[in-house]
Amino acid sequence: MIDVTTPPTPQRNRPLLGAKRVYKANTKHIPVLATLVLLVVMYSVGVYNYDGFGDTQVVLNVFVDNAFLLVVAVGMTYVILTGGIDLSVGAVIALTTTVAATLLEAGWPAGVVLPLALLIGTVLGLGMGCVIHFFKVEPFIATLAGMFLARGLSLLINRNSIPITNDFWTQMAQKRFRFDDGVFISLNVVIAVIVVVLAALVLAWTRFGRNIYAIGGNADSALLMGLPVGRTRIAVYTFSGFCASLGGVLYSFYTSSGYSLHGQGLELDAIAAVVIGGVLLTGGSGYVLGTVLGVLVLGLIQTIITFQGDLNSWWTRIVVGILLFAFIVLQRLVTRKAK
Amino acid sequence: MVLQMTGIRKVFPGVVALDGVDFRLLPGEIHALMGENGAGKSTLIKVLTGVYDIDGGQIELAGEQVRFTGPLQAQQAGISTVYQEVNLCPNLSVAENIFIGREPRRFGRIHWSEMRKRAHTSLARLDLDIDVSAQLDSYSLAIQQMVAIARATDVGNTKVLILDEPTSSLDASEVEQLFAVMRRLKDENVAILFVSHFLDQVYEIADRMTVLRNGRLIGEYRTAELPQMQLVSKMIGKDLEALEQIEEHAREAPRQETKIIEAKGLGRTGSIAPFDLTIHAGEVVGLAGLLGSGRTELARLLFGADRPDSGELDVDGTPAKFHSPRDAMTKGIAFSSENRRTEGIIGELTVRENIILALQAARGWTRPIPRRRQDELVDKYVKALQIRPADPERLVRDLSGGNQQKVLLARWLITEPRLLIIDEPTRGIDVGAKAEIQRLVAELADGGMAVLFVSAELEEVLRLSHKIEVLRDRRLVEELVNTDDVDADRIMQTIASGTTGATP
Repeated sequence: MIDVTTPPTPQRNRPLLGAKRVYKANTKHIPVLATLVLLVVMYSVGVYNYDGFGDTQVVLNVFVDNAFLLVVAVGMTYVILTGGIDLSVGAVIALTTTVAATLLEAGWPAGVVLPLALLIGTVLGLGMGCVIHFFKVEPFIATLAGMFLARGLSLLINRNSIPITNDFWTQMAQKRFRFDDGVFISLNVVIAVIVVVLAALVLAWTRFGRNIYAIGGNADSALLMGLPVGRTRIAVYTFSGFCASLGGVLYSFYTSSGYSLHGQGLELDAIAAVVIGGVLLTGGSGYVLGTVLGVLVLGLIQTIITFQGDLNSWWTRIVVGILLFAFIVLQRLVTRKAK
Repeated sequence: MVLQMTGIRKVFPGVVALDGVDFRLLPGEIHALMGENGAGKSTLIKVLTGVYDIDGGQIELAGEQVRFTGPLQAQQAGISTVYQEVNLCPNLSVAENIFIGREPRRFGRIHWSEMRKRAHTSLARLDLDIDVSAQLDSYSLAIQQMVAIARATDVGNTKVLILDEPTSSLDASEVEQLFAVMRRLKDENVAILFVSHFLDQVYEIADRMTVLRNGRLIGEYRTAELPQMQLVSKMIGKDLEALEQIEEHAREAPRQETKIIEAKGLGRTGSIAPFDLTIHAGEVVGLAGLLGSGRTELARLLFGADRPDSGELDVDGTPAKFHSPRDAMTKGIAFSSENRRTEGIIGELTVRENIILALQAARGWTRPIPRRRQDELVDKYVKALQIRPADPERLVRDLSGGNQQKVLLARWLITEPRLLIIDEPTRGIDVGAKAEIQRLVAELADGGMAVLFVSAELEEVLRLSHKIEVLRDRRLVEELVNTDDVDADRIMQTIASGTTGATP
């Protein structure tokens, strides 16, 4: 029997490196830091080589042109953090824009169309989440089905591009927040930034957010630890669906049109941004901030290629491909070292 | 009485896993749940923790009848569990692992500093002072286990703590540390249910024990009143004479003098130093040595799983070069792996499919084995090895560890190898299954098969082998012919000192 009156002698089972809470590059942060370094290098190269690259508006335009991708990628981050994948987001963008444009053309008020449009992806996401959870279907397959469904529906509604002339939509599209002469951001950027900040806070500060990490780390353990695995998983796909719809709305602001072929391959861009942003594809590790950096990297590549002028735009794809390889290898190395 | 389970019945398709089992727990006691693999221990625990629903009987917790629909309900009712494989999230911090699902919150957001502080206190209670904001997988398994216990007992209202084989991956001092924690919790009036294959540990820590066999209750005993031998015979339902017979048997077995395999200076840099080894037909050769001494590496070289970079290998007197395990298999060498879960057994396939796998691979996929032939072969081995349940169409993942091991053995036996290499066949399985596997090895050798037997348990190696190869620091240091004057101490000496310059 242990004598409980003796004070327990604390035992050091592992030497703590120096004082407590010294910052040493946490293995979790390495991929994000790598992306940050990459971004800085790319920007410096741009500024050094091209006239006018250093303008503030060049950076802001990256945001303006990729706001919808940023929103979609945030939803994708949640999904990938749980170890899943969502292939439907590109098609959801197409469906959202097509439905919105069709209804607006038919004279529905914007106040009705907007919530309806947002609901499309949310409901589809909820459905896919339920299928994944209740029928134990692989996320890849379930969301692939969702992708075909959404794309097919939008093609069924209208095969042509539908211009949007609604007043509210035009206002939203033209809304600019100006800081200085010729320095501005669009409403899309503001919305995207709000989504990013909220998503980051939820991940870091709420039980829901931490459960996402737990599921990505080890879903079986999470279940045995009594965490609401099913609910969280369904919520994550619902959130991703919502983000895709919101992305679709932003895209329709950006292009002032609805088209069933919008957002083709966008799901892959979103996945690429998330992975380049340092989120582990197997789940459980990564940050929304990383995803933001990932989107910026993609956007900056495009900008550089535009500035270069004589390069085919397909070079964007090639560079993204090389970067993806590099980052997946980096993730492998980091996780292996941690073991 | 904190917990009373009466007449618990649980049926899986085709098997009765628990048949009218009674079980009770008193506050402030450590109660061991004993039984062979497949006796129903895990099922009982899963019933208690709400993972499985019951088909009959009732559970009373603190006088109230309860029925759990999931682990969360059981936890909220005060039953916490620490599983054999640490079931935590390796990617989260230590503090999070203790508190996730019930994090302290302020203004609706997680109160991180409070959480770290409380995690620290709760680990201090277990004599552990570590950086709680570090990631869990940066710590050893033992510490992870402690964290799991801290999580399980921090709920506050813990009435029952279940420890399912917590010691299987801990070393001696870590086990002591765990026991100290268990005793402290016991003093706090927690009822602890403890499962372990190590009888010595059970006798050291448990106050009472309940014995199960084949899903039935055998009885409940005070540890002090039940001698170890009696416990074992209650667990396996027969006496231990069978075990002792093997020993006599194996030592007397005649040695045939046909060389099956002969390694001359075979070695691989960084894996094992060059060694000489000859294995004859009908001979059981034991490989002894500590974990990491090169046992598995040696076996892998002989099987062609790794390529040697020096020396040569003769099979049947002619030089052979194995480029892959396939080459070795065609020469009649079979290798049953150490990690049955990750490298051997395919849980999603049936017993029959698992057994037939190697033979089919050897024949090539273009020549499928006729179903009739499969059934015959599988039937024969299921009977010979006493695989339970004796149903070839059952999924292997539903079998207990010992029976999975037998399936794995059957897979190789069916190819009728001349040299069978078995790596740790008896790890993590219970006394009865162990004895059966040992007997089988002895019988196989009698039948003329050569067996290379790798095991961490010296007793077992001694009991079975004709000669023993002792390994140390990735070097074969000595070959001992297993005569009467060789005992565990003698081998330990060699392992410890590494002198005796027999084989370099």
